[in-house]
Amino acid sequence: MKAFARLYTALDETTSTSAKVAALVAYFSSAPPSDAAWVVHFLSGRRPKRLVSSGRLRAWAAQEAGIPDWLFEESYHAVGDLAEAITLVLPATGTSSELPLSHWVEERLLRLRGEDDDVQREVMIQSWRELDTHERFVWNKLITGSFRVGASQQLVTRALGERSGVPEGVLSHRLMGAWEPTPEFFQRLTAADTSDADISRPYPFFLAHPLEADPATLGEADEWIVEWKWDGIRAQLIRRAGRTFLWSRGEELLAGRFPEIEESGALLPDGTAIDGELLPWAEGAPLPFAQLQRRIGRKIVGRKILEDVPVVLVAYDLLEESGVDLRTLPLSQRRNRLTALLQSLAPGRLILSPAVPSPDWETVATAREAARGLGAEGVMLKRVASAYGVGRRRGDWWKWKVDPLTVDAVLIYAQPGSGKRAGLFTDYTFGIWEGDHLVPFAKAYSGLTDQEIRKVDAFVRRNTLEKFGPVRTVKPELVFELAFEGIQRSSRHKSGIAVRFPRMARWRTDKKAEEADTIERVRELLDSVSGREKA
Amino acid sequence: MLTLTSSGLYCQAGDFFIDPWEPVDRAVITHAHGDHATWGSRAYLTSRTGLGVLRARLEPGACIQAAEYGEQVVLGSTTIRLHPAGHILGSSQVRIEHAGEIWVVSGDYKTDPDPTCTPFEPVRCHTFVTESTFGLPIYRWPSQEQVFSEINSWWRANAAAGKTSLLLGYALGKAQRLLAGLDAGIGPILTHGAVERMTSLYREGGVELPATHYAGAADSRADATGAIVIAPPYADASIWSRRFGDHSTGFASGWMMVRGARRQRSLDRGFALSDHVDWPGLLAAIEATGAGEVWVTHGYTGPVVRWLKERGLDARAIATRFEGERAEVTETSEDPHL
Repeated sequence: MKAFARLYTALDETTSTSAKVAALVAYFSSAPPSDAAWVVHFLSGRRPKRLVSSGRLRAWAAQEAGIPDWLFEESYHAVGDLAEAITLVLPATGTSSELPLSHWVEERLLRLRGEDDDVQREVMIQSWRELDTHERFVWNKLITGSFRVGASQQLVTRALGERSGVPEGVLSHRLMGAWEPTPEFFQRLTAADTSDADISRPYPFFLAHPLEADPATLGEADEWIVEWKWDGIRAQLIRRAGRTFLWSRGEELLAGRFPEIEESGALLPDGTAIDGELLPWAEGAPLPFAQLQRRIGRKIVGRKILEDVPVVLVAYDLLEESGVDLRTLPLSQRRNRLTALLQSLAPGRLILSPAVPSPDWETVATAREAARGLGAEGVMLKRVASAYGVGRRRGDWWKWKVDPLTVDAVLIYAQPGSGKRAGLFTDYTFGIWEGDHLVPFAKAYSGLTDQEIRKVDAFVRRNTLEKFGPVRTVKPELVFELAFEGIQRSSRHKSGIAVRFPRMARWRTDKKAEEADTIERVRELLDSVSGREKA
Repeated sequence: MLTLTSSGLYCQAGDFFIDPWEPVDRAVITHAHGDHATWGSRAYLTSRTGLGVLRARLEPGACIQAAEYGEQVVLGSTTIRLHPAGHILGSSQVRIEHAGEIWVVSGDYKTDPDPTCTPFEPVRCHTFVTESTFGLPIYRWPSQEQVFSEINSWWRANAAAGKTSLLLGYALGKAQRLLAGLDAGIGPILTHGAVERMTSLYREGGVELPATHYAGAADSRADATGAIVIAPPYADASIWSRRFGDHSTGFASGWMMVRGARRQRSLDRGFALSDHVDWPGLLAAIEATGAGEVWVTHGYTGPVVRWLKERGLDARAIATRFEGERAEVTETSEDPHL
């Protein structure tokens, strides 16, 4: 646990990428494979499942610290992070653990599963007593399942690449899909032999960068393949050795969630991998994203929901054909092969992502403007000659989203953020006018600069009208332009309207609260948008 | 004995204010930080050791009377004594005695050791007015030795890598405490102008500190490699700090106890070193006064009051001009509670 806590501290203490990689290299050089495997597991975003409820952790920590529950809650609000709050309220022990990380994870953390309260409590309190402050903090992070340290999988692969000499692309691929963090896995991960295979393993997704510049800076429009940017679930459909695997971009195996897609996948020839987007689809057009949300997370998919919300896979790319990795071929060739493959199948749930004609940028710009009406978020620009890369890289793939919808709304409630934003009022609720009162319309957390956040924070403190737990009602005075991607009717929201991805586009210091938008104007916006949407 | 007015804490029997927020006729000043020492009053009373720094902070020609710690001063029908608060050079608690009743106003204080000022002295009283800047159990300061060993190792590692170390801390008090704890063998020590001014006043007041060089001097750029620069928090990310080229930034403040506070400022390092009392220190200090009534100000007043009430004390929160909580850490200007 010592070495792991040291690594965590080293990663946490610096914002420099090279320093983080150096800390990882140093760790991997001395850690036993059984520990290293867990570190790869955690740092690549695979979070330990939370086995102890937050309420119990709080109660036990308060008892161990000898403070009442209300004082623990006050402390927790000040810290904004449960793992850290527990660490700070517990008395210092003067002890430290020589036991390896794998012991702490396998013999303690995982053993908590299914144990009753008394056993869990015993393990937690004993653990807190054995660990020093740094170790206790990372232990609590593992327990609360909120393990983030500003070291991405990309940094891990860089460090492992530097240490083992295995190319980063190979490492990323080996880290895809399902694997167990065993010493054997770690040895295979960093083995020089690259002929390994796991039939379910997906390829790392290639992601596009947002386009902020004028597309004309990208050269001629005809060097680009333009597609709609759909708002669904990015997924990879794989058929190998007579079995079908559907993976989400979050590298979750979606087995059984979308049976209609897996059925279609079963018709693909062995050795096929298709990159695409899961979309709720009816009569040749996508349904609103909210419909897809009805299917997400549902483990048992009944007949009714299958009929209500039919799903298709809009295929973007062909990554593997006849067991051969096609990723280095130019996109034009991959797309030709994909087209031919889909044509060879009976019409079904696999649909080729249509190409938007791109004779010149003006045509593309016009298509982008029309995207929202088609249920798309904008357009994708992919260089005709581009290979299928790894991760989010600039240059060959761009997403060019439609300008967002905007509404001017008034700040009415504020609550402190967590993590980096702990103790600052950063989470806001905004209202719009309905007659002479403000009705809550949307919540937004992002879009302000640090300096603006500090100003709003100071405003909230000086203009609090009421407190409800951590939430404060503030004097309705500040106006913000909220930007969002979509707008829909909703029976679950007080305003009767739900918006998608709201964020603060601008602080309208030039506007008074009375000048913010009204519910009527927002309803007009809703009508104008849904008028264009076929759904 | 005391009442809270729109100008601050007022003692009618003695006709004086303690750390008033606005100009008054007579002000008793606990210490020279900006939120306790306001310009424009007709007469001030402060401790002898705090005279130099207070004079530097108030308007030229201000009328300041100085009293030794423990010396008796009669104001109206009250008797006043100043007792060391251990916060910064010359900081005092104000003990007021009137008709057999004793009140103590702590001002800002800490119970941890600090070689740059007289240690906090517990004073028995009936009513104690305490600060509560760090009045939550998450605030338990690590030992001073440990913090300085972290600071010195950080400086040593930066120096070895050819980097400058920029260490931020409030110019009056914190900066001098930092200077006193640095291992001057590691490299040269540079100071920001605001720090240098206060440091020379400390030296005049008889506090021994290592040699420092004013970083504004013409040749400071050449000197900065491997050096540590002590600067006030507002110098961070300013044009001023760019002169040091490749540097690592650390911040010494009680707020650095919490990781989020460090990350909000994108600091390389945070060192939990505070001139305020921590949670155990606060509880111990209150107990040592023997007071049955406690007024809690500036900071986590709510939790501290509730805690004390649950233990049978008569406690209440009183307002301050500056909102406590976490506002301090977000301020960009000079703020003494950092």
